[in-house]
Amino acid sequence: MNLCDFRNFTIRNYQDLFARGELSPRELLSIFLQRIREVDPLLHAFLFVNEEGAFARAQELEEKGKDKDTRPPLWGIPVAIKDNICTLGIPTTCASRILEGYVPPYNATAVERLEAAGAIVLGKTNMDEFAMGSSTENSAYGPTRNPFDLRRVPGGSSGGSAAALAALEVPLALGSDTGGSVRQPAAFCGIVGLRPTYGRVSRYGLVSFASSLDQIGPMARTVADTITLFEIISGRDERDSTCAPYPPFSRTEIPHKEEVRKMVVGLPREYFSGGVDSRIVRAIEEVLKGLEGEGLTIREVSLPHTNYALEAYYIVAPSEASSNLARYDGVLYGLREGGAGSLQDMYFKTRTSGFGVEVKRRILLGTYSLSSGYYDAYYLRGMKVRTLVRQDFEKAFEECHVLITPVSPVFPFFFGERTKDPYEMYLADVFTIPSAMAGIPALSLNCGYVDGLPVGLQIIAGPFQEGMLFGLALFLEEMLALPLPFPEIGQ
Amino acid sequence: MEDVYVTIGLEVHCQLLTQAKMFCRCSTDYIGKTPNTLVCPVCMGLPGALPVLNRKALELAIKTALALRCEILPEVVFHRKNYFYPDLPKGYQISQYDSPIGVRGVLEFTLEGEKKRVRIRRVHVEEDAGKLVHEGLGIEGNVSGVDFNRAGIPLVEIVTEPDLHSPEEAKECLIMLRSIVRYLGVSDGNMEEGSLRCDANVSVSLSPDVPGAKVEIKNMNSFRSVFRALSYEVERQAALLREGKVPVQETRHWDEVRQITVPSRGKEEAEDYRYFPDPDLLPLQISQEMLKEIQATIPELPLQKKERFMREYELTEPEAHILVQDRDLAEFFEACVREFPAPRMVCNFVLTEVLKNLNAHNITIRESKVTPSMLAELLKMVERKEIGISLAKGIFEEMFVTGMGARDVMAKKGIAFLTSERDLEKIVHQVIEENPQSVADYLRGKEKALHFLIGQVMKATRGQANPEVAKSLLLRELTSGE
Repeated sequence: MNLCDFRNFTIRNYQDLFARGELSPRELLSIFLQRIREVDPLLHAFLFVNEEGAFARAQELEEKGKDKDTRPPLWGIPVAIKDNICTLGIPTTCASRILEGYVPPYNATAVERLEAAGAIVLGKTNMDEFAMGSSTENSAYGPTRNPFDLRRVPGGSSGGSAAALAALEVPLALGSDTGGSVRQPAAFCGIVGLRPTYGRVSRYGLVSFASSLDQIGPMARTVADTITLFEIISGRDERDSTCAPYPPFSRTEIPHKEEVRKMVVGLPREYFSGGVDSRIVRAIEEVLKGLEGEGLTIREVSLPHTNYALEAYYIVAPSEASSNLARYDGVLYGLREGGAGSLQDMYFKTRTSGFGVEVKRRILLGTYSLSSGYYDAYYLRGMKVRTLVRQDFEKAFEECHVLITPVSPVFPFFFGERTKDPYEMYLADVFTIPSAMAGIPALSLNCGYVDGLPVGLQIIAGPFQEGMLFGLALFLEEMLALPLPFPEIGQ
Repeated sequence: MEDVYVTIGLEVHCQLLTQAKMFCRCSTDYIGKTPNTLVCPVCMGLPGALPVLNRKALELAIKTALALRCEILPEVVFHRKNYFYPDLPKGYQISQYDSPIGVRGVLEFTLEGEKKRVRIRRVHVEEDAGKLVHEGLGIEGNVSGVDFNRAGIPLVEIVTEPDLHSPEEAKECLIMLRSIVRYLGVSDGNMEEGSLRCDANVSVSLSPDVPGAKVEIKNMNSFRSVFRALSYEVERQAALLREGKVPVQETRHWDEVRQITVPSRGKEEAEDYRYFPDPDLLPLQISQEMLKEIQATIPELPLQKKERFMREYELTEPEAHILVQDRDLAEFFEACVREFPAPRMVCNFVLTEVLKNLNAHNITIRESKVTPSMLAELLKMVERKEIGISLAKGIFEEMFVTGMGARDVMAKKGIAFLTSERDLEKIVHQVIEENPQSVADYLRGKEKALHFLIGQVMKATRGQANPEVAKSLLLRELTSGE
């Protein structure tokens, strides 16, 4: 067995090899670790590779899992975890200097569930610091590169997870999505990423950026694997008050092919107007033609408050962040500087040197928005816009089952291309933010390649309608029959 | 201080008596525990940890608000109060802002028998912070530590309107508040241990129409220090006004050692807490059923109890006032009266002997070994004139220490019951024989001589005889003897 054989694999294929005794978890682990050694020095998708721990775990699984009929669904499958999701005994830094060397004493609920399902934590993936960014350029430990073109960004903030999947360094990964951080990198790296309905996956152990928006999302190379991951990590958790009291997602919620053919697909006109790269629009129009050919109905709809969603997001998310990041003060854990001076001095020095530019910018923005006298004009108004955005979607879903839009208005950009003007960078999330603000699920899927770069297609559905997303995504995946990514790296 | 107008409002925090902390499952039993042993990722504010509300804390806060006759708001919203301090692990405190548990309540108390009324502005629930430790860390140098055992314990905050007009009123109001939270069982209200904390706003002006500057006083750790700090502060501000100066609006600390208030440094200066609804906790609806259920658990409160005691048992106001301050004492009294329906006698004994012994041993009535039945039994013996009251007091002391019943104490101490008149007759005969002069005096009409003879009988019985019985026996012997 070697890596090339795995190019078109889903979890099912690995499990078959395990079952037939042609592959062991430790052998599989060795193959991925070898791959990481080869390509990660160029990609920098991982901040930490859990080689020792993963091997110990694989051995333990092999010993306990002799009876192949009782093996849990992810038995022996390596999974990469975004570095803002807590992993017991494994460093979790959020790609920030301020958490350098921080090792959590507990597992996030999602990680706990993955481990209970037999998965092996292979390592922690790179990201924009505290998930603030769309390119991984804000990582304090250096950016991740796009496996399709090393001069380009992999997207962000879950760029490490997306790049690791595209480069086949790992078959499964977790990301987190606050305003598009799962979907945009999935689009830039040609893989699949889901932002679940807010409350469908426990946030316990996800380091908070903007609590009312953050969601852990499954990322994989295929829709089938995304579904498998989602089934495992979703469902109620009494440790997160905002987690919906529903059972885990079940694939029985996914409509059959014949039902998908009867779907009405909405096209929000605001997502196809100026500012979107015409090649992206064309690629998506191709797909829509294909769907029409298969019998689906395409209907134009309107989401009139789309343009305000981005502005409101940059009030609400930084406001929450300014409070969530207050705990990094040098007292209990993480970086401490100026400890010998006064308390104020320590706070000042620790936070000055511990946080990067973008994080500081958002803390300042949020602190300002929440300040007395500005609260009503900013935070409160931002929350009101949020309601309007949600109502837009509710109305649209009266006319259609799902929406199809581009994930990003642009192709993966070059390093440094958008770092000078933060607003330029913020615009990269213009199509992923509205659904995040509405708390509804959305999936990013590769729908083709233009000049060797993947194009991401976004499917959006109503709350708790992930089944619809998967139904259509499976249909599209089969219809498009695109090769799964296996880019030549470093040539 | 006749020439000034004093306005005082209180802000009181009580730790709620829940088993677990407000947002995690750590124990609240922190007194005397090794620092940082009752902690978890949630109350330490570790990255990624999330709060989950302990419903019991909410119930106790609602119970408090209901007992203070507040309007209960239909939705509970938690806000974040953002500020930096090392004892605050998340950089914000989960508290409540514009949607507290209850508003517009009333608290009544009495000062020297006169009923007073203070309006309650709001009652809300929030989490406690950790505790800074500056000494005994065993680390070289100028180092402070933080103990997070207390962090996350639920607190109920009660804010009064500025309806109090003297330090005496403030102190009585606070005592009533403590009494109420103890009656409710929502807090143990112990100021010395910090489970009840009080800050006060004091303003003094020369005219009731001109409001004075609001000065906040912190760090008062006992009822006495509340009274002293407020008295000091009123006098300080009054002195400034008399000199034609104006007190400034500020926060001051009570310095227990120097017995003065001093301006606070640093932290307090016009802080903007940037309150916003905590997105980690969803708003909660309070149903009418829930309110009804909680209302049903509210016992008779101290003031009602006091009025009933005065009515039902014909106690004086000061007597009832003392009895009801401690719910356990009031219940002890009533239980005793149920078995021995002589409220006057029970009240006298409880307010003197019982309190004296409790104070001497520095324990509460709940901790004492004497039950209401045991006291009733003792008092019945006094009433039946089996023992005198001074002997009863001595027996009670022994009962208090040993937990034995009155009869057991007497048996153990060799105190015989003088029920047998024959025993007493012997002693009476003996006394008559030994004191012929007194007998003669009495027979000549000297009443005083009889008292002397009774005294001799009492002496011979070491006080155990019933003096009335002794008197009648003596009379019988003296008048029939010759």
